[in-house]
Amino acid sequence: MDTAFVIQQLIFGITLGCLYSLIAIGYTMVYGVIRLINFAHGDLLMVAAYIGFFGIVIYHLPWPVAFGISILLTAALGILIDRGAYKPLRDSPRISALITAIGVSFLLENLGIVIIGGRPKSFPRPSLFEGDLQFDQLILPYLSLWVLGITVMLLTLVLLIVHRTRVGMAMRALSRDFETVRLMGVDVDRVISFTFVLGSSLAAVGGIFWCMKYPAVEPFMGVIPGLKAFVAAVLGGIGSVSGAALGGLLLGLAEVLIVAIQPEWSGYRDAVAFTILIAILLTRPTGIMGEELPK
Amino acid sequence: MTRDRILTAAAVGILLAFLWFADRTFSAYSIRILNTIAIFSIVAVTYNLINGVTGQFSLGPNAFIAIGSYTSALLTLSPQEKAASFIIDPIVWPLSVISVSFPVSLIAAGVLAGLIAFLISVPVFRVRGDYLAIVTLGFGEVMQVITNNAVSITNGPLGLKGLYPHTTLWWSWGLCIFTIICTVRLVNSSYGRAMKAVREDETAAEAMGIDAFWTKTLAFTFSAFFAGVAGGLLAHLITTISPSLFTFFLTFNLLIIIVVGGLGSTTGALIGAVLFAWGGEALRVVEEPFTLFGYDLPGIPGMRMVIFSAILILTMIFARSGIMGRREFSWQAAIDLGSTLLQRIRRT
Repeated sequence: MDTAFVIQQLIFGITLGCLYSLIAIGYTMVYGVIRLINFAHGDLLMVAAYIGFFGIVIYHLPWPVAFGISILLTAALGILIDRGAYKPLRDSPRISALITAIGVSFLLENLGIVIIGGRPKSFPRPSLFEGDLQFDQLILPYLSLWVLGITVMLLTLVLLIVHRTRVGMAMRALSRDFETVRLMGVDVDRVISFTFVLGSSLAAVGGIFWCMKYPAVEPFMGVIPGLKAFVAAVLGGIGSVSGAALGGLLLGLAEVLIVAIQPEWSGYRDAVAFTILIAILLTRPTGIMGEELPK
Repeated sequence: MTRDRILTAAAVGILLAFLWFADRTFSAYSIRILNTIAIFSIVAVTYNLINGVTGQFSLGPNAFIAIGSYTSALLTLSPQEKAASFIIDPIVWPLSVISVSFPVSLIAAGVLAGLIAFLISVPVFRVRGDYLAIVTLGFGEVMQVITNNAVSITNGPLGLKGLYPHTTLWWSWGLCIFTIICTVRLVNSSYGRAMKAVREDETAAEAMGIDAFWTKTLAFTFSAFFAGVAGGLLAHLITTISPSLFTFFLTFNLLIIIVVGGLGSTTGALIGAVLFAWGGEALRVVEEPFTLFGYDLPGIPGMRMVIFSAILILTMIFARSGIMGRREFSWQAAIDLGSTLLQRIRRT
């Protein structure tokens, strides 16, 4: 195993990790605000990919327009899911909302099968993201650079929103105490909708880039990335945006490196995330960056 | 009490007579549905014990059904059959020579599933609520990965084929009745009351001297044992098993059953299982081409699951207690209901 190989694997790991981070940030924000594991979050990624696919392949839109529409519509779907399925259960036991979220997730997946069909479709990759830089034996795909750049940019943006704006302050307050925030005159539903917009848009960006990396769009494509992104969010400390980004990065690196070091374990790659999850919940349930949870 | 016992015995007698009748006259398709109802009932009733009665939201029954299915299937297949189907990797040593009878394999399936549940309850019950859901879901996913990759034990994605169809109506319904009796007796015992206390308020239950951890472990192990047995029955009903049978999708179906039936009610779980297994078959029409008002409509594959998901969401939003809530069937209630209905009919 030489240095070039290690660096190459690190590049792959960071790219995968960035994608997990983008999805995990949405998970962690929604969980932070309404304490709900939004199972449908992974499926938003699938919806975004399909919209992008149809925009480019069927309606022949230029790709920036198609991606823009995809992000907007996914954000709208995020609000719709919250208003339609989660809001009526805001004051009921948390498990009820969780069951509903699982239902929404299966509903989206099966609607995908009914409307579009289960056959995987190949996602078009715009020429801007094609190609790669070559140094000696090292391959640096442009897509990896784009993914890293966009993740860093969006992470900064989200951190600015959460820590520097009024709505961000309201979001942080909500994660502490729902009732008091409501009593202070904050329009809680608008803040929650804003959280869903932000989270769903990030999932859409993640979904579009996911499809450029693994170009097969199918109704169940969001399940595994969604679950792993949740693990990443727990790993980083649920509720913490930078924690989710860090958790995603670590999880991506761990998955790629384990397979690189032990190629015969490649079949067990999907088990890595859940093993990490169980280990982290046993030793430090609040994650790496998480604050102590109030009892 | 005596009256209730007599009525219960009579009901079981009627059920057995019906099964005898069904066994001789029903088509293979109807018998298959009846078997499916029994197997779903076994899992649903015990899944409800952990989710509804003890209030610990587990999402892992698919893992225990998988363990049971594989254990039972690997034990009943003859050494020659195993040698013939394991074409990628030969099967590991002790399994390659063992072959036992169906009942023994069912017990082994239940014991192994229960044992694994017992062992993982230590890490699993360190967490609560939605974290517990994710950990058990993760366990199911890990199990899925293992069944796909431990090729020398499970034959990987190819699965196991050519099992003898041991599961008859007598096996499935006999074990279903046995499961219901065990579950009802457990729920009505002091352990069952402890489980309900843990569901309502864990801290208060502990303050009253209940060991919450052991109570949860008991429910979890009990539930996994019967899920394992049901897995063995399932394997010998459909005669071909592969990892794709035991995905999270299976858990989702069970979740619909117990939520629609009423979380916390054994009767509800039974009603849910019957409705689901029967409704699932009845709804097949929407996936096949059909004619409506003279128009020929093509079938829509996947439509059934859309309907089921919608039912789950709507139940949670509008009728959260499901059909039974936490109530249970009792003969007294049935008689009362019957007499009020009679009176109403007489008045009109």
